[in-house]
Amino acid sequence: MAWETVLLALIVFAGTSGELCVTRAMKIIGEVHDFRPSSLLRVMFRAIQVPWMWLGVALMAVAFFSLLGALSMENVSFVVPVTALSYAAGALGGQVFLGERVSRRRWLGVLLVCIGVTLVFLGRK
Amino acid sequence: MTSSAGLHLKTFILIFFMILFGPLGNVSLSKGMKTIGAISLHQPADLLNVFLQILQSPFVWLGIVLQLMFFVCYMVVLSWADYSFVQPAGSIAYAVVALQAHFILKEPISPLRWAGVCVICLGVLIVGHTSPRTTEQK
Repeated sequence: MAWETVLLALIVFAGTSGELCVTRAMKIIGEVHDFRPSSLLRVMFRAIQVPWMWLGVALMAVAFFSLLGALSMENVSFVVPVTALSYAAGALGGQVFLGERVSRRRWLGVLLVCIGVTLVFLGRK
Repeated sequence: MTSSAGLHLKTFILIFFMILFGPLGNVSLSKGMKTIGAISLHQPADLLNVFLQILQSPFVWLGIVLQLMFFVCYMVVLSWADYSFVQPAGSIAYAVVALQAHFILKEPISPLRWAGVCVICLGVLIVGHTSPRTTEQK
């Protein structure tokens, strides 16, 4: 039970921090306008030179293996809905670390997600 | 006019594949991990052991391929469609994963869990209906 909670928390927090790091890296690289394979390769080459990208990918790998661990002990219809909590972590992280403005409407959506996850937890047995 | 209708069709087909492949990927990962059984780590060597078992599971690989296909559809559709249009459509995936878990994996799902999943879909839908960019661009 405790081990499982740690895995669920890792999916949400490592996954979201990973995405925040990748977002930060991609903002450093700049907006992608050209989608030809050769230019995409150049974008990838620039991406691997940004440390934030490596940190992001490492965190996302941690989240993926935590997902596998959680799926080994819990049903997928429980684990996947709970990972929706990353919308809450993402809104918080986007505001705190990336200076994004999160609208009231978006917080309402996040609140609904949290209520839904609570229901999923309560409906466990 | 025709090209606009074509663009719509293309968008809906890709979104359909997205909400099919993403959840199927999770269902397949779940099946693979259930076959391996609950992971217990008592000593460092167990970690390597589990890792090798994961690499040998065909359902885990199928799950990874399905999630990659989901990701490719997602990236491709984002190359022309608005993020604020595609992301809310993805909220349906939370309902689809519950349906697939119920019908493919025969997972029992209590009414309270169904209610929770529906509320999550609604929440994700609302999150997606907000502006995709609020920071100043240089």
